[in-house]
Amino acid sequence: MLVGHPLRQFGIAGLLSGLIAVCPVPAASTDGDDLWPGLVQDIFGNRSMNDGSDVITIEMPSRAEDAAIVPVTLRTKLAPTDSRRVLTITLVVDQNPAPMAAKFEIGPDAHVSEISTRVRVNNYTDVHAVAELSDGKLYMTKTFVKASGGCSAPAAKNADEAKNRLGQMKLRQFARSDQGSADRSRDAQIMIGHPNNSGLQMDQVTQLYIPAFFINELRLWQDDSPVLTMEGGISISEDPNIRFTYVSNGAKHFRAVAKDTAGHVFQNEWKIDNSGI
Amino acid sequence: MYHRFWMLAALALLCASTFSHAQQQELAVQEIAPGVFVHEGVTALMTRENSGGIANIGFIVGDSAVAVIDTGGSVHEGRQLLAAIRSRTDKLIRYVINTHVHPDHLFGNAAFAVGGITFVGHKNLPRALVTHGQFYIDAFRRIMGEQLIDEVRLIPPTLLVEETLRLDLGARPLSLRAWPAAHSDNDLTILDEQTGTLFAGDLVFLTHVPVLDGNLRGFLSAIDKLSALPAKRVVPGHGVVSEWPAALADERRYFETLASDVRGLVARGEPISAAASKAAASERSRWALFDDYNARNATAAFSQIEWE
Repeated sequence: MLVGHPLRQFGIAGLLSGLIAVCPVPAASTDGDDLWPGLVQDIFGNRSMNDGSDVITIEMPSRAEDAAIVPVTLRTKLAPTDSRRVLTITLVVDQNPAPMAAKFEIGPDAHVSEISTRVRVNNYTDVHAVAELSDGKLYMTKTFVKASGGCSAPAAKNADEAKNRLGQMKLRQFARSDQGSADRSRDAQIMIGHPNNSGLQMDQVTQLYIPAFFINELRLWQDDSPVLTMEGGISISEDPNIRFTYVSNGAKHFRAVAKDTAGHVFQNEWKIDNSGI
Repeated sequence: MYHRFWMLAALALLCASTFSHAQQQELAVQEIAPGVFVHEGVTALMTRENSGGIANIGFIVGDSAVAVIDTGGSVHEGRQLLAAIRSRTDKLIRYVINTHVHPDHLFGNAAFAVGGITFVGHKNLPRALVTHGQFYIDAFRRIMGEQLIDEVRLIPPTLLVEETLRLDLGARPLSLRAWPAAHSDNDLTILDEQTGTLFAGDLVFLTHVPVLDGNLRGFLSAIDKLSALPAKRVVPGHGVVSEWPAALADERRYFETLASDVRGLVARGEPISAAASKAAASERSRWALFDDYNARNATAAFSQIEWE
């Protein structure tokens, strides 16, 4: 098997190795193969996909300017009166070596309405977002991203710095200028220093694959109430970074725990800025 | 050995074709200082049509040997460079120095990989070839086609520069310097002490918008340190050979503007997606290929500055 031992510890290891077989490494196909039916089978157990255009939007630049850092924003579109709730959102970069970029699980009381992160994009690709709602159904939407030109690669720009930053965590809290102070929705951003190595690059000298080394789980809470959980894969950019909109429950603290494929556990806690930011 | 090979190659061409055809196989180079030859790349993206020939590449001839500095964006271009060298000197080619990992600078390496030539690079270049190389080959096969790309070989340097290194081509010392992450994390500069000619690789851009594939603060700091080097002229990675250190002015202004704009965006809590269209927008009219690289520079800069 191409990917090393660490992947087997990963919750979706079986999935990943199955997917790698679908999409040969590292040369992804360029002829516009529709990998999606196979991915639906592998990732979603062939459950039926409903049109998600009224449920979720996915926003990405039309071209991956920097193959290593392509911003993606997922927004839920359910009306406040809708009785259904978003349970999870799965992000899939079809043509990447490990297409399942992330699965986000949304805390029952956090009302997360927007999630932005950054992914690697190797090739011209469809990118799918699949929301699972409390009605038990899956809703899909997609966009298309062109590969970067020039000398942009989906790998670290500064490999030493990426290593030096390992495990550093930063939380940023933002004002929402479009909301009155009575509104309790907030924007926050969690950043974790980590190389998030893909493990798909072969050392030409040793002919061995560099082991995968990435954040595979991130959990966020406001006090003891879960806000967001991410099950991550190697398509997430180095220094995983998630910005999200949630509704404050009045908690005083924000807490984050991240785990990587080498068994490291990184955690931190911050005071929530309640100053009506 | 090379000389003999090229004599034979030239003879074969003469037999098969006209003399003018043989001349076409030679890259146009200019002797910008005694013994210093430069081919100026076109300011463009690498394409099938330009054979990837977008970077400035060259060679320096000493009393006993030749050093090649970058080999171009395809083996095709590398062979043309070799022909240009062989039509000017039959001295031994002792070194191929790669200024950094980018394909427009080293996809021509295979033209020189016939044994006996030492490949020289930054200590991080072997690692960068591992992490980026195959991706470049796959991406440029799509862009430039199989004919040009199938013969590309990733050739890691065997002589590594940790910080500085002096090479001698026979009464012709070259001073090599490995830089902390700036344009990339494997930038190497070469100073020909005799003529005061600095081969800066992509630490210096003119006309072609600068490209950030390393570290923004490192790039600004490298610009400061570079300006103190005792050079008279620079061969930038892209753009015309220019007076030193005046050649740094445009690039410095660009990166200072980029850094300051991105710091403002981060401070105002804007998302990374805003950087692509807003950062350094005031620089747009001053550069070629701005729309091809600025959004990417801004995205990279944002992801670095938000950690400050």
